[in-house]
Amino acid sequence: MDPTLVAVRERPRPPLRVLEYFLVLLRRTFRGTIFTGFLSPLLYLVALGYGLGSLVDRGQGLDGVPYVQFIAPGILVATAMQIGVFDASYPVLGAIRWDRQYHAMLATPVGVRDVVTGHIAGITLRSLLSAVVFLVVAYALRAVPSWTGVLSLVAVLLVTVAYATPMFAIAARAQTDVSFTLVFRLGVIPMFLFSGTFFPVSQLPTAIQPIAYVIPLWHGSSLARDATLGTLSWGMDLLHVGYLLLWCVLGGWLATRTLRRRMVV
Amino acid sequence: MSNPASTTHTPGVLPTGTEVLIEAVGLRKTFGDFVAVDGIDVQVHRGEAFGFLGPNGAGKSSTMRMIGCVSPVSGGSLRILGMDPALDGARIRARLGVVPQQDSLDGELTVRDNLYVYGRYFGIPRAECRRMATELLEFANLTDRADSLVDPLSGGMKRRLTIARALINSPEILLLDEPTTGLDPQARHVLWDRLFRLKRSGVTLVLTTHYMDEAEQLCDRLVVMDKGRIAAEGSPRSLIEQWSTREVLELRFDEDDLSPHARRVEGIGERVEVLPDRLLLYVDDGEAAGRAVHERGVRPLSSLVRRSTLEDVFLRLTGRSLVD
Amino acid sequence: MSLAAVVVERNVVTYRRQWIAFLTGFLEPVFYLFSLGLGLGALIGDITLPGGQVVSYPQYVAPAMLAMAAMNGAVFDATYNMFFKLKHAHTFDAMLATPIGPRDIALGEMAWSLVRSGIYVTGFLLISLAMGLVRSWWALLAVPAATLIGFVFSGLGMAATSWVRNYVDFDYIQMALVPLTLLSATFFPIEAYPAQVRWLVELSPLYHGVVIERGLMLGDVGPGLLVHAAVLVVVGSIALWVARRRLAHLLLK
Repeated sequence: MDPTLVAVRERPRPPLRVLEYFLVLLRRTFRGTIFTGFLSPLLYLVALGYGLGSLVDRGQGLDGVPYVQFIAPGILVATAMQIGVFDASYPVLGAIRWDRQYHAMLATPVGVRDVVTGHIAGITLRSLLSAVVFLVVAYALRAVPSWTGVLSLVAVLLVTVAYATPMFAIAARAQTDVSFTLVFRLGVIPMFLFSGTFFPVSQLPTAIQPIAYVIPLWHGSSLARDATLGTLSWGMDLLHVGYLLLWCVLGGWLATRTLRRRMVV
Repeated sequence: MSNPASTTHTPGVLPTGTEVLIEAVGLRKTFGDFVAVDGIDVQVHRGEAFGFLGPNGAGKSSTMRMIGCVSPVSGGSLRILGMDPALDGARIRARLGVVPQQDSLDGELTVRDNLYVYGRYFGIPRAECRRMATELLEFANLTDRADSLVDPLSGGMKRRLTIARALINSPEILLLDEPTTGLDPQARHVLWDRLFRLKRSGVTLVLTTHYMDEAEQLCDRLVVMDKGRIAAEGSPRSLIEQWSTREVLELRFDEDDLSPHARRVEGIGERVEVLPDRLLLYVDDGEAAGRAVHERGVRPLSSLVRRSTLEDVFLRLTGRSLVD
Repeated sequence: MSLAAVVVERNVVTYRRQWIAFLTGFLEPVFYLFSLGLGLGALIGDITLPGGQVVSYPQYVAPAMLAMAAMNGAVFDATYNMFFKLKHAHTFDAMLATPIGPRDIALGEMAWSLVRSGIYVTGFLLISLAMGLVRSWWALLAVPAATLIGFVFSGLGMAATSWVRNYVDFDYIQMALVPLTLLSATFFPIEAYPAQVRWLVELSPLYHGVVIERGLMLGDVGPGLLVHAAVLVVVGSIALWVARRRLAHLLLK
């Protein structure tokens, strides 16, 4: 135990140290990641894009866009939402209550803000990793017709953070995981089904359409769709980015505040 | 782990003149209306083993969490390694090792990765983390379990791993909150042995316990805590000398109400304590007291002479038992 | 069977405290019906059944969602809940210390998941009826048919769970459920597949369940449905037999 070590202890920055933990963890749980992050969305793409697509494209269709090209970006960002919400639920509560990893982290020079930043960064990295693989396959299947499709990763990043941070705050407040079931079933699934993943929001009754416009996932899928179809437009898409950023910032603030209240007592 | 600073194990002698690492003055911790720590004064010196002895709920863990810089101070002042936890929490934590009451090992990682990842939280370079992990596995006697997951380990192994993990940053102060609670006697002795070794190598130990035998074994100096306050302070031996007699005569009876017996043995020793199933007579000569009891016609089911312990000190100070 | 009833009773008692999970589990197929059935259905138009009958897309999808509800209700209990009781709560160990045996446990657990999925299915059927998606009196048999679907997946779920080592292994079960849900002629007809791979779809128990429910709710009934029912009975019986043996092996070693 060499006291001169103290001098080199400033690197890397604390949030990166926490991120490193999640990367070590990712190595161990890679198998599950492959399925939830990649195989499952690919199945949705193929089954619904081609199978169901054969019915959709036979009818009036979606303004000339093949159905598989319509849902590819939808599934891409919906998966980002699912990863964001799920990874910020049980793992966060577990790190507080069950395995208590956060307690271990906070006993070191790592602080509350570092924990939040590092964990969210870990979730985002995992989400981006899945998204890249999905995009490559979707491109090969011609479900992504435009090169600008690579920009849909911006939507993936924003949607992951926009969902992971508020969920982090919920989990950091929770005593048990009962509320998670509610969030998944009454939050995630309806958003997955009604926010522009499988059909344009214009198909919804006019009265409830405004609800969809509030939901971050709709902004994410609209942004990603413009990217993959090559129909990006400055005004609208910057609006989507701005709205999602708002959620990221508010969510991040809320997550940090909630975790501090829970851990620093 | 070679530090020339070795402490002389001379109970009762305050290591005056040595550097003060932890200094609390009027330290308070409140949760809403509840007062967990009610104005305590504590000084811990470099190289000593310092204990907080008290029953559950005495405020020991709250104090430890404040010293560990994970719980804000509610009142009074606290300085650790010359710094203020409110301002320099991260810098203080960089020089502390913490063994929490509840294990916070990562069940999803291997034994070795638990050490490695924890070292990285301190920003220790990767190669150094790996080297330290190997060294600490040896110290904790866990080398052959290095690549096993944490979950299947026994309670004693997990505690040793937690202690090893707390040493990865070569801390100057090691905080141990109830280090052996829940362990079987053999595992406790193995753990105590490791803690002795650390102390010899110069690490300052601060621990809480509600076991008086642990406090007597490990601590150079301790404070007895009760209801958030310090009831007494000193070395285990000086506390016993000050607050108890040399020997204790225990008399067991097979009756519900022991107060008649208590009245009949009054005056034999310095003091009589009435417990639910026995009487404790505080005396200097247990054998002689036993004869005196017999002469007064008191016939206990059994009687036993033993030396005074910290348990007796606690009973004297608070009127209650440590462990019930 | 009386001892198996005690196992059911235990579940009812614990479920009183989990009514939120119970209630929201019911909503999932309803959401799917509204989203893919109504939202997307408007873009699809009508579907022509093999018998020549023309139905709207929501009418086509509703029976599949009902079969899915039966499957999900049964699988959830037979996998996650079962595993928790097996490995963590040691519920069964406690039961086996009483006159209850492994057979009672397997039957009791199955009966419970059938009750649960039966409630989901009945609720779903009523909603479909209110939305005008039921076209035949044969639909009265939809609930017993769903019980058959529940029976199959409860057995398969329990058998699979007996091999599960930790929660990570549930990924495999999830990995089986997603393709089952998407590919069992639920959202689009088996005719959409190339002829060479249709036999793959016919391997899915859910496919047979969907065909039965669709026939009953849309009034397209023929003796062929009995063949599909027979397939489910056979698969379910084998699964239950395996589950019982595996449970005995795990609990009485």
